[in-house]
Amino acid sequence: MQAYTKHSSIAAVMNRANVDTDQIIPKQFLKKVERTGFGAHLFHDWRFLEDGSDNPDFELNRPEFKGAKILIAGDNFGCGSSREHAPWSIADYGFNTIISTSYADIFFSNCFKNGMLPIRVDAPTLKALMDEVEASPGIEITIDLESQKITTPAGLSIDFEVDAFRKETLLQGLDDIAWTLTHEQKITDFETQNKKQLPWLWPSA
Amino acid sequence: MKKTMYEKIWDSHLVHEPQASTPILYVDRHLMHEVTSPQAFEGLRIANRSVRNPHSILATMDHCVPTKAADRINLPDPIGKKQIEVMASNCEDNAINLYDMKSPNNGVIHIVVPEHGFVHPGMVVCCGDSHTATHGAFGALAFGIGTSEVEHIMATQTIQQQKSKTMLVEVTGSLKPFVTAKDIVLAIIGKIGTAGGTGHVIEFAGQAIRELSMEGRMTVCNMAIEGGARAGLIAPDQKTIDFLRGKEFAPKGEYWDQAVDYWNSLASDEGAQFDTVVTLDAADIAPQVTWGTSPEQVLAVNQSLPTPSTMEDSIKALAAKSALDYMGLEAGTKMTDVPVDVVFVGSCTNGRIEDFRALAHVSKGKKVANGVQAIAVPGSYPVKQMAEQEGLDKILTDAGWEWREPGCSMCLAMNGDYLKPGQRCASTSNRNFEGRQGKGGRTHLVSPAMAGAAAIAGKFVDLRDWD
Ligand code: SF4
Repeated sequence: MQAYTKHSSIAAVMNRANVDTDQIIPKQFLKKVERTGFGAHLFHDWRFLEDGSDNPDFELNRPEFKGAKILIAGDNFGCGSSREHAPWSIADYGFNTIISTSYADIFFSNCFKNGMLPIRVDAPTLKALMDEVEASPGIEITIDLESQKITTPAGLSIDFEVDAFRKETLLQGLDDIAWTLTHEQKITDFETQNKKQLPWLWPSA
Repeated sequence: MKKTMYEKIWDSHLVHEPQASTPILYVDRHLMHEVTSPQAFEGLRIANRSVRNPHSILATMDHCVPTKAADRINLPDPIGKKQIEVMASNCEDNAINLYDMKSPNNGVIHIVVPEHGFVHPGMVVCCGDSHTATHGAFGALAFGIGTSEVEHIMATQTIQQQKSKTMLVEVTGSLKPFVTAKDIVLAIIGKIGTAGGTGHVIEFAGQAIRELSMEGRMTVCNMAIEGGARAGLIAPDQKTIDFLRGKEFAPKGEYWDQAVDYWNSLASDEGAQFDTVVTLDAADIAPQVTWGTSPEQVLAVNQSLPTPSTMEDSIKALAAKSALDYMGLEAGTKMTDVPVDVVFVGSCTNGRIEDFRALAHVSKGKKVANGVQAIAVPGSYPVKQMAEQEGLDKILTDAGWEWREPGCSMCLAMNGDYLKPGQRCASTSNRNFEGRQGKGGRTHLVSPAMAGAAAIAGKFVDLRDWD
């Protein structure tokens, strides 16, 4: 996983609430057995017209938002399924940061596992960010994970919260499994104890 | 200290609680299907890791499998076929118990697992599927995870997890006739909203919940996720114990009594504190129908569709307007004037034997309305077999229903069963999002009996004054 530190990137605005995982990646694209290549189908039903060409009315097709790494989205982003294809698609498309007021729980934690930073801000802050981008689309916003700050060209400076552990793994680009296995002895101890207490859960030796 | 059931299960599974990072929780049982696992196995292989406890896993094939018998032999969809083949070889390579398409045990994961007693009260259970919450009906902490977590659990038998808040949803009193578990959970979601349970694990309690069968409890917990919760839980009682007795993976011999004692210790302590408490009176719950594109957009069947321009909350009004547009419905229309094109009974929400009994009960001696396609998809082969032994399939096919092979089918329309654009469906599944049952398809969530009545009438009907 690539380490996430500080970057300045174009921010795209998607002013829609309750964007669900079926809209993020429609299910006809889920039948792959690999992890990559989902970005081409991100928001497919909104993004493309019937004939397969780009839908000019869809936000992310605006030329100013080309190459955006930051997605500013409406409330309750990523609701719906636990399938990780949604964060894979968003990451594969090129986003590494999402800013919204709220997220579905599963989606939120899946973002971190895919090297993305989902940031929660309050409603007025979200509006201010959206307004600034709408006023001058194509501007670059700076995200500094180390100091937990968003800054904008117009001078907004927004502090955000992030779980300390998630922050650390993002900063170091650490894989979760490797981290957990540093505690493997504790897992083994737990299992030894569990076999004594609830032996019927284990195959008889 | 007095503890909730959630806290008891949490405490007994905590492997490590590092300072300033996410706690590590032990996972007793891991459920698997063909869609969310291949990339996890791929990840394990790339990192040269192995499956820690293969016995903790039970796998099935359900999302992509065709529900027409002939298509199960010659899979028509090459990509679905690939997922199914990859699942089979992954399970074989890792000594994982798989109920493949040909197994007499095959079916939807959340239907199959309880049938074999694989989940017990007090366990922590994960599956790469959000409706894992179903198993909370047994008093197990069961929740959906992403594919990275599937890989993490295979490698470590644990999950990194933040502790949730607790919510008690108490449904007092008894249900009125024609009102079911599905109506309870839709009414709860209507009350708390789809984000109402965010960050919480919901414990469902109260007389109406106690009075539900295990099947009904599974229906309620199944949709805890639609209320935004991480999981749903119901305290084990005599019904839970009776359900598990004698099942393949239930404790045996001398262990049975020990296990029952343990299960009986799990209920929330009298007076334990919940972060949020919600109360509903079962007598107030009418048969429910969703009218929009979110499960919280739900009404009693005898009500009329909302009028967005008169709604106070402007965000809700906007959402209502766009939902009505998508659904092709006029504000103010009576729910019972809304016609249906397709009726689907099945899924892990309502694909159990009790659901087909309810469906057969309303369908007996009747005919599906002209022009309506009615599809009944049993949740598993054991459900199918039991229904056939009881003659339910005959009642349904006589009435004009299609009686299919088990699978997720039109719940998420990945297997070739889907709505055409603009088609309106009364569905017993759990999600009515735009396009969930096929691009442009319009979904109304209902109970099996309500679905059955809609198939016959060709429109929604209030079962309470229907003959
Ligand atoms: S029936 Fe529907 S909700 Fe249940 S596991 Fe299958 S796709 Fe998911």
